[in-house]
Amino acid sequence: MAKMTLEDLRKLREGKKAEMTQRDSSDKSARIIIGMGTCGIAAGAKEAFDAFLDELSSHNVTDTKIAQTGCMGLCFSEPTVEVEVPGMPRVIYGNVDDKVARRIVKEHIIGKALVSDHIFDKPAADIIK
Amino acid sequence: MAYKNYILVCAGTACESSKGVALYEALEKELKERGVEAEAQLVKTGCFGFCEQGPIVKILPDETFYVKVGPEHAKEIVSEHIVKGRKVEALLYDKGQAKTADEIEFYQKQQRIVLRNCGVINPEYIDEYIARDGYAALEKVLFEMTPDDVIDELKAAGLRGRGGAGFPTGLKWSFTKNAQSDQKYVVCNADEGDPGAYMDRSTAEGDPHSILEAMTIAGYTVGANQGFIYIRAEYPLAIERLENAIAQAREYGLLGNNILGTDFSFDIELRLGAGAFVCGEETALLASIEGKRGMPIPRPPFPAVKGLWGKPTVINNVETWANVPMIILKGSTWFSSIGTATSKGTKVFALTGKINNSGLIEVPMGTTLREIIYDIGGGIKGGKKFKAAQTGGPSGGVITEEFLDTPIDYESLQSIGSMMGSGGMIVMDEDDCMIDVTKFYLEFTVDESCGKCAPCRIGGRTNYNILDKISKGQGTMEDLEKLKDLAQAMRKASLCGLGQTAPNPVMSTMKYFADEYRAHIIDKKCPAGKCKDLLSYTIIEDKCVGCTACARVCPVSCISGEVKKPHEIDQSKCIKCGQCFGKCKFDAILKG
Repeated sequence: MAKMTLEDLRKLREGKKAEMTQRDSSDKSARIIIGMGTCGIAAGAKEAFDAFLDELSSHNVTDTKIAQTGCMGLCFSEPTVEVEVPGMPRVIYGNVDDKVARRIVKEHIIGKALVSDHIFDKPAADIIK
Repeated sequence: MAYKNYILVCAGTACESSKGVALYEALEKELKERGVEAEAQLVKTGCFGFCEQGPIVKILPDETFYVKVGPEHAKEIVSEHIVKGRKVEALLYDKGQAKTADEIEFYQKQQRIVLRNCGVINPEYIDEYIARDGYAALEKVLFEMTPDDVIDELKAAGLRGRGGAGFPTGLKWSFTKNAQSDQKYVVCNADEGDPGAYMDRSTAEGDPHSILEAMTIAGYTVGANQGFIYIRAEYPLAIERLENAIAQAREYGLLGNNILGTDFSFDIELRLGAGAFVCGEETALLASIEGKRGMPIPRPPFPAVKGLWGKPTVINNVETWANVPMIILKGSTWFSSIGTATSKGTKVFALTGKINNSGLIEVPMGTTLREIIYDIGGGIKGGKKFKAAQTGGPSGGVITEEFLDTPIDYESLQSIGSMMGSGGMIVMDEDDCMIDVTKFYLEFTVDESCGKCAPCRIGGRTNYNILDKISKGQGTMEDLEKLKDLAQAMRKASLCGLGQTAPNPVMSTMKYFADEYRAHIIDKKCPAGKCKDLLSYTIIEDKCVGCTACARVCPVSCISGEVKKPHEIDQSKCIKCGQCFGKCKFDAILKG
């Protein structure tokens, strides 16, 4: 890179900052947890994960932490995703593919409304406690 | 596509020496083999401070904290955590509880300003520093502040030199700024020499750009166009990272001519020292940069007015520099809200010795020793009793149990006969003999004395000889008086800080452990059992069952006796290695 001006430096900082917030988990209120056991991966959890990341960054959502976890035990409705938004009930979604993931970001994370047709409504006993 | 996970691998010297490099390579290979290199970014980062448990691997964004990770664990981490999202239980710090890094007790009472980027960014990549508000302070200074504003801000913040003496940084800069000269210099003292101290090394390794940015700010403030970082050649990794950082900053135009399009030009070069302790003294350091033998000269004039090649020179230590960008960015009010009345901000300590969690810690000034040792350090190794902590290295003194609750700052440490120093903190337990420890420090200063002035050269050696005599049981009570007189002379007449402070360990231990000195001199005993000449091992006849375990382990075969009959130690041959003592299952060997 050539020598920078003040504007260049500021631009670079903003760009890199967005990239780095992905790593940082502090100041993040909402959480998306994707089940990535063998069953989840086979059912397309990776594609869903990519869709989440892509959708979050294209909408400039920075307060949401996205993490992966192991198998949640609901292998028949994989990929399963748990979404936790402050002020809203914890929700588990089943059969989350690429499209559903994008809807979750738009409707649940940003719009604060549940994606009703994909809520997994009979969670296993250990998950609902 | 953004990464799903970030694997932060510690690449500080401490972790590198416990196979950190091999671990990094193994992780890299494994990510490739499993075809997930596009999903997880491997980041080589600076010291996490938790060196006791190294190498450390932190996985983000879920904040998993893995400890004592070896190359052999790479496969499991990748296949379990990265591919399947399952934590590797066996490598977690607190197995089962899966605490995130922030929840671990070691980090609870810490506040990281100097080490803000250590263990967070990749120190070899300038963009990550910039993303964490790097060079934003320089930006602010160049475009919004006058040199006087910068000095006022530092004065208001109350930043004091972290190299040991605690001189107000803003005042120092103002001397150089106000000095008239065609040429001025900025120097970073990275010649960390205290035994057991490594905070400057870790800062340079983990966040080199913070030093460069601060020095550039100083250049603008005092009107200098050239900076030097004086660092010991014994820190190869820090040198490599600093060189890399300088090259990157030059490429971006953050060093060199017309920085960020302004008229201000500034550049930095490294100067390598050969690792002499005296070169940490500022005038000796400057002499060494000039290519002369590293020996101090009398002050005044101070380097701020007449320094490198006779020109006004700002010289600060690494930790002081690392504080500067944060003060500019967050403001003096924020900075001065941390710490005590006279000492603001935080202090980094290298916690070592008989402590459970040895490592690099940063705490607000005013934290008590008890908090550092018991809350952060996790207490004394093996559940033994705390005896003392040595701060300030060979120039400092001991802090004893009665001062455990004293808030630590420059003044409080001085008032109890120790000093802040650069931040080495060595914890000692009941098995440490204070005479032995003091002898170690004196030996160090005798070794490192440059020999230019007589009080340090001769006084130090005489001091050492007296202590050596005491440790062999040949001391007299008059010797204690002699030690005091010598200390007085050395403090007053030595040319530089090395000689002036060399008697501190003796004076401090004589004050707080007078009974231990008496035991060595009058009773000819070493209560801790460290001084070999005052130690003997004997077998208690009644307790010995004649199992021969001691005789078999003795390396000089000085234990004799028939099987199932009491044994005996030949004192003339015994080398006091203590192996028989450790081996006996019947408490039949007496140490004393």
